[in-house]
Amino acid sequence: MADITIEELEHVAQLARLSFSKDELANFTGQLNDILGYIAKLEEIDTADVPPTTHALQVTNVFREDRVEPSLPVEESVANAPQEENGAFVVPRII
Amino acid sequence: MNELITFPISKLQSLLSDREVSPSEIASAYLERIEAVDPTVQAYITVTPGVAEEDAKAALNRLKDGGTAPLTGIPLGIKDLICTKGTRTTCASRMLENFVPPYNATVMDMLNSQGAVMLGKLNMDEFAMGSSTENSAFMKTRNPWDTKRIPGGSSGGSAAAVAAGECPASLGSDTGGSIRQPASHCGVVGMKPTYGRVSRFGLVAFASSLDQIGPLTRDVTDCAILLEAISGHDPRDSTSADMPVPCYRDALKEGLKGMVVGVPSEYFVKGLDPDVENVVQKGIEYLEKQGASIREVSLPHTEYAVAAYYIIAPAEASSNLSRYDGVKYGHRSSNYANLMEMYQSTRSEGFGDEVKRRIMIGTYCLSAGYYDAYYKKASQVRTLIMQDFKKVFQETGCHVLATPVAPTPAFGIGDKTGDPLQMYLSDIFTIPVNLAGLPALSVPCGFSKDNLPIGLQLVADHFQEETLLQAAYNVELMAGCCNKLPEIK
Repeated sequence: MADITIEELEHVAQLARLSFSKDELANFTGQLNDILGYIAKLEEIDTADVPPTTHALQVTNVFREDRVEPSLPVEESVANAPQEENGAFVVPRII
Repeated sequence: MNELITFPISKLQSLLSDREVSPSEIASAYLERIEAVDPTVQAYITVTPGVAEEDAKAALNRLKDGGTAPLTGIPLGIKDLICTKGTRTTCASRMLENFVPPYNATVMDMLNSQGAVMLGKLNMDEFAMGSSTENSAFMKTRNPWDTKRIPGGSSGGSAAAVAAGECPASLGSDTGGSIRQPASHCGVVGMKPTYGRVSRFGLVAFASSLDQIGPLTRDVTDCAILLEAISGHDPRDSTSADMPVPCYRDALKEGLKGMVVGVPSEYFVKGLDPDVENVVQKGIEYLEKQGASIREVSLPHTEYAVAAYYIIAPAEASSNLSRYDGVKYGHRSSNYANLMEMYQSTRSEGFGDEVKRRIMIGTYCLSAGYYDAYYKKASQVRTLIMQDFKKVFQETGCHVLATPVAPTPAFGIGDKTGDPLQMYLSDIFTIPVNLAGLPALSVPCGFSKDNLPIGLQLVADHFQEETLLQAAYNVELMAGCCNKLPEIK
């Protein structure tokens, strides 16, 4: 794998909804390349016929009846909101 | 110093049932201890004397009326990423500095239903990402055995508080070693149960396929008691296992006749500290003296576990942490002109460097064009690591594996903060267990030349916690390292 560049990292930051100063980006680029360089050792293993594992134990979908059950009252649900009005979350205008 | 703070849960249980002491007296002794030593140790983010008083009163009523449970009147500390209704749960992050959960984690409901007493919320690496508790946004927890050193992490507060006598036991969480490594560094017992043994409902998610809540205690008996209290199926966590919960205390029998202990050669590598190697060898001798037979085994993919983990865990984290957007709860920046800027400023101000680093790694590994090379490859290597373990448990006939917990005893504060990769490699012996979803624990087994505690890691097959506890109990009997209170200076 080729090293990740500052431009690529800016794009990833955008995807992750993070912003960095130029100095931070330069520092992160070095650290991330160290880490990705280490991770590259996985290329030593032939995994062509190996199925992937996403869960250590066999899990299957768990179904239940679609019944209304008691849940949190609205006031409690919005109690931690940075900005709230009439039981709704207030966000910046988007259109 | 009140001697109550030196007792394990099992001793407190008999004092309570004999009415020699009340829940409030025990809670007060611990709150005084916290006041005396926590300015030095810095294990607690939030101390909750009010909650403790209420809980102790309720416990007293239960003791009077009968209908008590094993944890009635027993005080506990809780890692600050387990949701506690009405008590702020910060994950040691600026992002959640003022977050007060409107509901309890299932484990908290279980502890409350037994009448346990909460003393407070314990420090950790931010969002459980770290191996030293230095990534907390609020404070640096000290190792009670040497306050110039780290307690381990990410459950560093949970381990240090038990070691310093600031609670008899605590809950932590373990995604790549975050219970076992601090337990080893602080000289307490710490167990990561089988994935699915304990409900994750209300545990703030880091890497959902790896996270598991578990106990940190003064001895193996307490580990069995606390594990039993929090285990079981939960309809609110569809990955929790619908399997009966055994009486774990019954597993604590002296003698290991018939038990086969595997020693994986890949865990005794160059770079392993000689003191650690010594103590682990002693631990293996203890197991043998107690009747177990020792067998050398091989887990050939061990050296790839850290690399696979540092794709899988950040990938899951980058997805899980996308919820912190400044809308529903948590920090919101005041510095923005539009929605995109609100997201970016909120997240950049709210998260610390290590969390950002992992979100960046995870986002990169999952981004278009890289998914197969990274995430898929790591998931395939995960399969190979699991197969290695299955082989030694099912074909080689091993009941438990005995290994080091960490390559060195507790290192100095600041020693590894400049080099993330070196910090990651300190979890080299604990990470494979999480990838395979197995139960494992660290039991205090000896000390380094500098008088730092060193644990022995024991690993068993899925849902074989009883085997694990039995082996650990026999190590504890031989090593005699449990229940030691360091002099804090």
